[in-house]
Amino acid sequence: MQRSFELPSGLRRWYARLRAAYQDVPISAWLVGMLAAVLVEALIGRDLAYILGLGNLPSFFGLSLIFKKWQLIPNILVFIAVVYVIPALGATYLVRKLMARLSGRGLTWLDRLPSWGYILFNLAFVYVILHFWASASDYRLLVLRLLGVNIILTLSLNLVNGWMGEFSVSVAGFMAVGAYVASVLMVWGFVDDNVFGPAVFPASWAPFAFPIALIIAGAVTAVTALAVAIPSFRTRGDYLAIITLAYMFIVKSSFENIDFLGGARGFMGQPKVAESLLVVFVWTVLAVWIMYNYVTSTLGKATSAVRDNEPAAEMMTVNTRKVKMVAFLTHAFWSGVAGGLYAHIVGYINPSSFGLVKSAEILGMLYLGGLNSVTGSILGTVLFTMLSEILRPLKLIKWMVIPVILIIVMIKRPRGLLGFQEIRLPFLERRAAKADEEVSHAPAGD
Amino acid sequence: MPLLEIKNLTHFFGGLRAVHNFNTRIEPGEIRGLIGPNGAGKTTVFNLTTGVYKPTEGQIIFDGQDITGKPPHQIGKLGISRTYQNLRLWGNLTALDNVKIAFYGRIRYGLLGAFFGINGRYEEERRIDREARELMALLGIEGYADMVVSGLPYGIQRKVEMARALATRPKLLLLDEPTAGMTPAEMEETMEFVLYIRDTFNLTIWLIEHKMRFVMGLCHWIQVLNFGEIIAEGTPQEVQNNPEVIRAYLGTAVT
Repeated sequence: MQRSFELPSGLRRWYARLRAAYQDVPISAWLVGMLAAVLVEALIGRDLAYILGLGNLPSFFGLSLIFKKWQLIPNILVFIAVVYVIPALGATYLVRKLMARLSGRGLTWLDRLPSWGYILFNLAFVYVILHFWASASDYRLLVLRLLGVNIILTLSLNLVNGWMGEFSVSVAGFMAVGAYVASVLMVWGFVDDNVFGPAVFPASWAPFAFPIALIIAGAVTAVTALAVAIPSFRTRGDYLAIITLAYMFIVKSSFENIDFLGGARGFMGQPKVAESLLVVFVWTVLAVWIMYNYVTSTLGKATSAVRDNEPAAEMMTVNTRKVKMVAFLTHAFWSGVAGGLYAHIVGYINPSSFGLVKSAEILGMLYLGGLNSVTGSILGTVLFTMLSEILRPLKLIKWMVIPVILIIVMIKRPRGLLGFQEIRLPFLERRAAKADEEVSHAPAGD
Repeated sequence: MPLLEIKNLTHFFGGLRAVHNFNTRIEPGEIRGLIGPNGAGKTTVFNLTTGVYKPTEGQIIFDGQDITGKPPHQIGKLGISRTYQNLRLWGNLTALDNVKIAFYGRIRYGLLGAFFGINGRYEEERRIDREARELMALLGIEGYADMVVSGLPYGIQRKVEMARALATRPKLLLLDEPTAGMTPAEMEETMEFVLYIRDTFNLTIWLIEHKMRFVMGLCHWIQVLNFGEIIAEGTPQEVQNNPEVIRAYLGTAVT
C-alpha cells in the first residue's frame, strides 16, 4: 500500500523521535501505560471534562461529542491528550526506563513463567484495565459485555463464512435458540416464576449453574442446526444461505407463537448472573481460544481445503462431510452460547431482537474485520461496535454512514481489513515463538 | 497378486456410456499408461477408481480389498492418491499447508485435541510439520513452503500437488496428464522426476498422457481407450504400430 500524503517535516521529525523512543518497548510496559491512562481518567476525568465543558465524563474518549457539538473539538483533543495520551506514553516510558535499570532482573520471573502462565498473566492484566475503564459508567460496562458476545458471534460465523466458504445468515436464529434455552433453564432453576413455578435450586447456586446452562443452550442450538446441516451439505453455493435464512425466520416466528415463553411480548426475569464483566470476559476468551485452536490445527485447516477445492480435499483423505459438519455445528454451538450470554446481560429477550438486522450486523462485523482471521474477527467487532457507539449522536444518519464505511473498506480491501492474515498479539505471542524454538531444536527423525 | 484389479467396469452418465467393459491388472512397481483421444473416458476411469463416481457395473479390487463404491477419502486412506489434469491445489493456503492437510487421514489427536490442545496435539503437529517439510525437501520445493500456493510458478505448483499426493502415503499414484502445459525440456525433467518418486517412495504409477514420447519412454504396458472401450494394449512398441490406435488418433483416409 502506498501512502498518498506526507506529513510536514517538523511533525515527521517528532514522529520519528517518538517512534525511536518507543521502539521495542515490552508489551508489559504498554499494559502498564494503558492502566495508568485508565486510572488517570478515573481520578481526574470527570472534573477535567466539566472544566473543558464536555459535560459528563465522555464514554468513548469524547469522540461521539464531535458529532453533537463540533465547536468542542479543541477541548476534546486537550481532554484526550491530558487524560489518555500523556499518561499512557509517560507511564510506558517510565516503566521501560525502570526495566532497563533493573536490566531484566525485576521482571525475569515473567519470562520464566510457562507460556500459559505468561498468557494468563497478560490476559489478567488486560482484564484489570478493562475493568477500571468499565467501572466509570454502566453504559461502558454494557457496551463491553455486548462486545464480548459479538466477538464470539463473529468468530463463530467466520468458521462457516470464512474458513468453510459457505454463506450462513442464521446467526440471529442460533442466538435466539441459545437465548431462550439458557433463559428457560435459569428461570426454571433459580427464579420463582408463574410459568415454571417456584425455584428448584437455591438462588446462590445460579452463578455456578450458569456455565452449565450455557453449554446446554449451545448444545441444543447445535442439535437444531443439524436440521440445516444435513440437507444443505449435499450441495454447494447459495443453498446454505437460503436454508439458513429460512431457519432464522422459522425460529423467530416459532418463539413469537409459543405463548408460555411470552410470545411476541418476550421473556424476562433472567437471574442476574452476567452482571460482571468478568463472566463475559472469561467466556469470550474461552470461545476465542477454542476456535483459534481449531483453525490452527491441521484438522481444522482442512476446512479451508474443502472451501478451495472439495474433490481434491476428499481425495487427500479429508472426510469433507465431517469437516463441514464440525465447522457448522461449532458455529451453531458458540452462537447459542453467545445468545445465552446476551439474554442474561440484557435481562430481557423478545423474538424481534433476533431478526435479520442482528444477523446483518454480525455479517458487517465479519466482513469489516476480514474472512479467515481470528484477530480480524476481533478487530472487526471492536471497530464496528465502537463506530456504532461513536456515531450514535447522528441517529438515523448513522445507518447511512456505517454502510458507506463498509463499502469503502470493501473497495480498498475486498477481503476485509485482515482477510486471510493474522496480526500477532504480543501478549499472546510467546507460545508461538517458543514452539518454533522447540521445532528447530527437535532432533531429526522420530 | 496385482495391486489394482478392475473387472468389467462400465459407467453411464445418464444415457451416455462413458466407460464400457474396462479391465486391467496393475502389478506392484509397474508404470502403466492409459492413452486415447480426447473424450475417450480416461479421466472417468480415474474418477471411478478413486471413488468420485460410483460405477454402474464392475468391480475394483485394490490390494486385495474390494473398494467399489467407497468414498474417495477412504480409498485415499487405503493407499491410492492422485494429481489432476488441471491443478486442484487449495489456492488460499500456503504450500506447506497444502501438504500438511493431506496428513488428515492419519491424524490421531481427534476433535478434542483440535479444540482443546490435548491428546498430544502439539507433538503430533510438530511431527506433521517436520514430515511435510522433509517431503517437500525431497521434491526440492522446501523453499516455497511458507508461500501462498496460488502465487507460485506453474512448475512449482505441479510439484506441490505431487508432494500433497505423496503425503497421503500412497501405494498407487494416479497421474492425470502430468506434463500438461510443459515445454519439451520440462517434459524430459518430469520423466526423470516420475522415475525418481517411484523409486524413492516405492510406488506403482498409473498415468494418463497425450505426449507419446513421455508415455513410450516411461510405461511398461499401455492401454488405449477410445469411446470408453479398450481398443488395444501392449508394450509401447506394440501399441505404437497398432493400426487401430493410429486410426483412433488420426482418423481414416477418405477414399
